Amino acid sequence: MKLLTHNMLTSKCIRGVSVGYPLIINATEVKVNQTLFNSEFVSKLIPKVDWPVLYNAAESIGHSEDLPKEAPNDFEQNEEFLKKAHRALVEIEVISGNLVCPESGRKFPISNGIPNMLLNEDEF
Amino acid sequence: MYLKYINTSFLSNFYKYLHLPLNNFFAPIYPVSWFACKSMSKLWKKYLLWFAQEHVEFRYAEIESLLSLFNIEMKYEQKPQNQEPFWLVEFSSESDAKLLTSRSVSLRKCLELWGHEKSIDLLHSTVRGKSGSFAAYFEPSKSFKIEVETVGRHFTQQEKVAKLEAFDYLPIRGPVKLKDPDVCLQYIEFYGTRTVNIPTTPYEVFFGRNVASGLRQLLKKLSLKTRKFIGNTSMDPQLSLLMANQAQVNSGSIILDPFVGSGSLLVAAAEFGGYVFGSDIDYLMLHGKTKPTRIKQQKRAKDESIKANMKQYNLGHKYIDVLINDFSLPFWRDSMEFDAIITDPPYGIREATERVGTEKQNYIVSDEHLPTHVPAKIEYEIPSIFRHLLIFASKHLRLGGRLVCWFPVFRED
Ligand SMILES: C[S@@+](CC[C@H](N)C(=O)[O-])C[C@H]1O[C@@H](n2cnc3c(N)ncnc32)[C@H](O)[C@@H]1O
Repeated sequence: MKLLTHNMLTSKCIRGVSVGYPLIINATEVKVNQTLFNSEFVSKLIPKVDWPVLYNAAESIGHSEDLPKEAPNDFEQNEEFLKKAHRALVEIEVISGNLVCPESGRKFPISNGIPNMLLNEDEF
Repeated sequence: MYLKYINTSFLSNFYKYLHLPLNNFFAPIYPVSWFACKSMSKLWKKYLLWFAQEHVEFRYAEIESLLSLFNIEMKYEQKPQNQEPFWLVEFSSESDAKLLTSRSVSLRKCLELWGHEKSIDLLHSTVRGKSGSFAAYFEPSKSFKIEVETVGRHFTQQEKVAKLEAFDYLPIRGPVKLKDPDVCLQYIEFYGTRTVNIPTTPYEVFFGRNVASGLRQLLKKLSLKTRKFIGNTSMDPQLSLLMANQAQVNSGSIILDPFVGSGSLLVAAAEFGGYVFGSDIDYLMLHGKTKPTRIKQQKRAKDESIKANMKQYNLGHKYIDVLINDFSLPFWRDSMEFDAIITDPPYGIREATERVGTEKQNYIVSDEHLPTHVPAKIEYEIPSIFRHLLIFASKHLRLGGRLVCWFPVFRED
């Protein structure tokens, strides 16, 4: 699971959970894969991403490195920033661990990089 | 919204094709008069679009989608006949013809049309009469090749060579080069699309300069036969690419398939530059642990997955994530926005139409069973699937983004 995906996931469909965001990451294995940078794609994502959530997620798994705490206003022209954002959004990958609902504590296991968001029939 | 019939023999059922350009609700108003006067000053030229005779029902939707994606103006010289592999069109610049053709899966080639007649003799006299105006392509520095194709009737190699030699009158001064010549000329005799009562003389004869080729060679590259990970409902690459084109996937697009299965639609979307997400209810499928699909295969390889397929085609960087999820219980944050949703939902023919749930009242999974509990499933009726898809699309598609999906219909015939 990439941190971009984490940024877009909630557990709000669990009965009794109202926001379910952000999910807590308990990672047991994390990988960083260098991938091709596409500035157009990354700058399209920035307005949709909750930046503080991204920063905290990266920090919680020990990869905040030199990621800025805030996204600059001129991000579209700021290639250096976009490259850091690219790394945080799509290069860091949680291979195994759990996502945890911040309200109910429900765990969603991640294995082989694939989160299992399936609920049981009595949970929604 | 177009509704089209297609006979998908490989799916053992008939589906209606559903194509929903959601932007129809918000169609922008163009300043028509401005367009009209702008076009008048352009130099329109005749081109021939030569299609492959496969999935002919999808041609029109593919071409129209690409024209609007690239903002290309194309005029129809003649109303296209669905079954016939040739369309006579006009473009105001060769780059438009190239752009369209090089993204099309249905197209074999696009020719700048030098001659089009109802008989072989007439064609030669037309081309002979005009050959002076093609001088720029006949210069000594330009290598060339002439290709001969007879559509709808078989000819021996010898007969084809004779058809080629009939062009001896062309004042070509450059050297022949069979591989990647500077100028590739194409001669086509068209004998119709029927397999019986084939006429002895062609209905139409075309001659022109090859401007661009379509993506037919991709079909081999993406063939399911050589793909690492496939499932029982993997979609044919050609149909997948056609869907990605109808969805107007482009470099940097963000794409979702919420019934992703083995991910064949994502391969096509990534091929056209999309960054892809998928989700599916089937844990074993996403982990590549279902029974092998290939008859000869005893066991699946350890590393079969959608991601492995992406890597096989050098598209690893386009793969974002797949998740195990029941589409009836969405988990995306409201601000998540896709450029297109491309999907083949379940119909209960080769795969279950199910969602998590139970008929039992106040049912609770006991703590002792929790760690190993597999969620119970109930029927996911087709109308609910499509209702959920439309609601989801209205929330998570960008304005003007498209939902392209299959829709099952039972046909009487
Ligand atoms: C027709 S198949 C899609 C095949 C896919 N295009 C491929 O290339 O393999 C439909 C998929 O929907 C999945 N599915 C069925 N019910 C679902 C649900 N409620 N939520 C999410 N996926 C579901 C099935 O597991 C199956 O993989």
